[in-house]
Parts: sequence; C-alpha cells; structure tokens
Amino acid sequence: MKHIKTINKANLKATAAVGGCGKCQASCQSACKTSCTVANQKCER
Amino acid sequence: MIHKYKLCGYNVVLDVNSGGVHIVDDLTYDMLTDIEPPFGDSCPQAVVEKLSHFYKYEDIISCYDEIVAAYKEGILFSEDDYEQYAEVAVASPIKAMCLNIAHDCNLRCEYCFASTGDFGVGRKLMTLETGKKAIDFLIEHSANRENLELDFFGGEPLMNIEVVKQIVEYARSKEKEHNKHFRFTITTNGMLLNDDIVDFINKEMSNVVLSIDGRKEVNDRMRKRVDGSGCYDRIIPKYRDLVEKRGDGEYYVRGTYTKYNLDFADDVFSLLDEGFDQISVEPVVTDPKEPYALTEKDLPVIFKEYERLMHKILDYEKTGRKFNFFHFMLDLDQGPCAIKRLRGCGCGNDYVAITPDGDIYPCHQFVGEEKYKMGNLDEGTFDYEMKKDFAKMHVYTKPDCRDCWAKFYCSGGCNANNYIYAGDPRKAHRMSCEIEKKRLECAIVLKAIRMGESTDPSEE
Repeated sequence: MKHIKTINKANLKATAAVGGCGKCQASCQSACKTSCTVANQKCER
Repeated sequence: MIHKYKLCGYNVVLDVNSGGVHIVDDLTYDMLTDIEPPFGDSCPQAVVEKLSHFYKYEDIISCYDEIVAAYKEGILFSEDDYEQYAEVAVASPIKAMCLNIAHDCNLRCEYCFASTGDFGVGRKLMTLETGKKAIDFLIEHSANRENLELDFFGGEPLMNIEVVKQIVEYARSKEKEHNKHFRFTITTNGMLLNDDIVDFINKEMSNVVLSIDGRKEVNDRMRKRVDGSGCYDRIIPKYRDLVEKRGDGEYYVRGTYTKYNLDFADDVFSLLDEGFDQISVEPVVTDPKEPYALTEKDLPVIFKEYERLMHKILDYEKTGRKFNFFHFMLDLDQGPCAIKRLRGCGCGNDYVAITPDGDIYPCHQFVGEEKYKMGNLDEGTFDYEMKKDFAKMHVYTKPDCRDCWAKFYCSGGCNANNYIYAGDPRKAHRMSCEIEKKRLECAIVLKAIRMGESTDPSEE
C-alpha cells in the first residue's frame, strides 16, 4: 500500500463472538475512580 | 464510521467498528472527506476533478483503489453490528466491588467528591461484620466469575486498616471453597502508611493507588490536613518507600488537576522526578460553580497541555527511559473484546459499592444519592430492576455515544460523571467526552511514534 498503512493487527470484529467472558478487570478499579477508559484495559482470557 | 485527524505530522484514520488504525497520506486524508460507501468501480468524477487541482491523476486512481481494498477487507467503513450483543450482559454476575471501608478522612482536600470523606452521610467506619457480609454478597452474586475484585476505598481506608486486614483474611479463607480468586486494591492518601501497612499492602494488594497531585505547591493547595497545612512532605517519602519495596508490583500515583494547574504536564513530570513511573493525573469532578472547576472554556488549554505532555514523554523516551501515563496507555492489538467495550465500568451491573452501613450503590460516586441506593446488606435487599437498568446503559442507549467515534474506547464514559454533571447517567457530559477524545488522539499518535511509524505511509 502506497497511500494507507494500517498499524494495528487485530480486528475488533473477531472478538465479538468469543468475548464477554468477564475475566478482565472492572475499568474503574485500576487507577481512575473518576473517569472511564476501557480501551487501556487488558484482555485476560 | 471513520474518524480522521492530524497530529504531530500524522494523518490518522480510525475505523471505528473494526478498531482499524491507519496512517494515510494527504491525498487519502482529503479523499476520505468526499467519499463513502457504496463504492463504484472507479473514483467519482467530481472527486477526481476536485483533487486533481492538488494531486496527480494516477495517484488519485491508485488511492481510490486502496481505499476500496481496505473497505473490502473490513478495516475501513466497516459496519457496526455489535448492537445485537448489547443486551447479552443484562443478567451479568457481579464481579467487582468498591468497599467504602471508612467514611472518614484525615485530609480535607478541597475538591473531594466524598465531601471530605463522609459522602455527606456522616463519619463512620465499616465493621468487620459488614465487611464479611459484603464478601458473602459478592461471592453469592458472582456466579461463575472466578476473578473477583475488591477495592478498599474511602474516605481514607487506612483509618480502618485492622478491618481491611481481617476482611482480606476472611475473603482469602473463602477462595478455595467457592473457586474464586480475589484481587484486592486500595486507594490511599498515604498519611498513615507505616512499615507494617506497607508490607501488608505489598503482599495482598494487586494494585495500590497513591493519591498525590504533583508538584508540592499544587498538591498542598488542595490536599490539606485538618489544620490547613499541606500533606506533600509527609507522603512523598512514604510513597517512595512503598514503591521501592513493591518491586514490579502494580501501583499508580494518582493526581487530580483543576483550573489551578492547567499546566498539569509539569505535575506528571514532577511525580516522575520524584521517582514514580506509573502515573495517572485526571480532571477534577466537581460543581462547575467552584473556582477550581474546569469548564468548557478551559478545553483549548487542556488539549494543548495533553499535546505538551505527549511531547515531553517522547523527549523523555529519547533518553532510553520509559514510564506509564494511565490515560495514554492503549493496546491496539490485545485490548478488551468488543463486548467489554459496549459498557464502561459496569457500575450498578457487575460492579457495586458498599458503605459502612451496608448500603449498596452502583459505585462509590453515587454514594449518598438516595434514589440510587440499590439495597442493604443487613436487610438482605437488592434492587435487581435497578441493576437491569444500569446494565442497559451502554453505547447504544446513550444518545450522544451511539454516533461517537470514541465509543469503543471509552465505552460510554462514566455514568456517575454523567449523573453529576448532566443529571442523567445516560446523558454524556460533553467536557469529559472532549477530554477523553483528546487523550485518545494523543495516545494513538504516541503509539504510532513508538512503533517507529513514518508519517509517510509509503515508507517502510
């Protein structure tokens, strides 16, 4: 590709069917307690 | 849906629904302003004509082909088909709990959302009996979830440390029988830390959040003792000691910025200079009438400050060293699944808070809001209808989130912030959203730079 470079490898779509196991941390417990960012959490499956 | 922006010489295009992150050239960036699916075999003539004032014809044609190829691959303009999963987690088990172990505090921080510790409902410490009931409640409502989280919060939890220790012991004694694994965390202002407590925290807590705002003058202006003096000099050596003994264990020094320190990048670096490398500094949550409250007028300055912080981090990393700024952390490849991203923290659904009286609330920030009281441990009550209502708070039921590019990164934001500022957990608080979006834009570019990506996508 000359015009577009994709820098991530995973496709979120692939995670929908197999996700939702609930093993990961509740996002608010990690450091914030007053805001919410989920995308910086880890998948723990 | 796509989102495109320019930062640090990069043209970034996000494909919201696949999570695709693309670095593109100027031609692609401009073309994406004018085209969207469905795509024909060739670039629309009007677009060719418009772009041919600035770009070569053959480049326009090859660019269009690349956009269509990315679309066909499902990484550009991909469909949003996650709504079908949004209702799945409605009957979710409860897996996380915030235990307000002490509704009392030995500091009088001006911006405290807990009304200097008592949440406006009276100073009180949780008893071991109530703590045990909370553990039993969590185990009972956790169904097949193995990892259970318990955050000791306050007020100041170290004011009730003996009960904290006994609750940990009680919970650990139940792990095997119920096939559970407790992960404890604690949030402290550090005033009461001593060798014994440091050892206990480092042994039992999977994460510890150490409150401090940054530079001494910034911290001491807001984080005061009862006599009005600042706490900085007392807590810094204690935090250093804890972190040193903690080794590789997870921790955060966590600060709050207000209108008084809009140059908060300097507070982040002050904490770094003091020897801490896991840092979170966040915007204050408070009544907009307070003199230190952040308002929408402050947004341009806040945005510039996040950019300044990003550059300071990059300059620092050029010296071969690294540190974590919580809100710039982003894993583009191994992050949470799409299901997780439909709702934020899960408050009121898979996450609840317990007060010293055994009252159950959706989270610590709802404590004291009578209409959001979900039940009581002594009375054995729990409002499943309210739980269901919170479960239905996801990116598809929040009108402002539905069509927002950031919805799978922030997952609908903080319900408590929404309630506090907008009067409705489903109603997004615009300023929080704008700050979150800016942090994400910076985090993504930071990622690209760290990966050694060129601003020119044709370069390897």
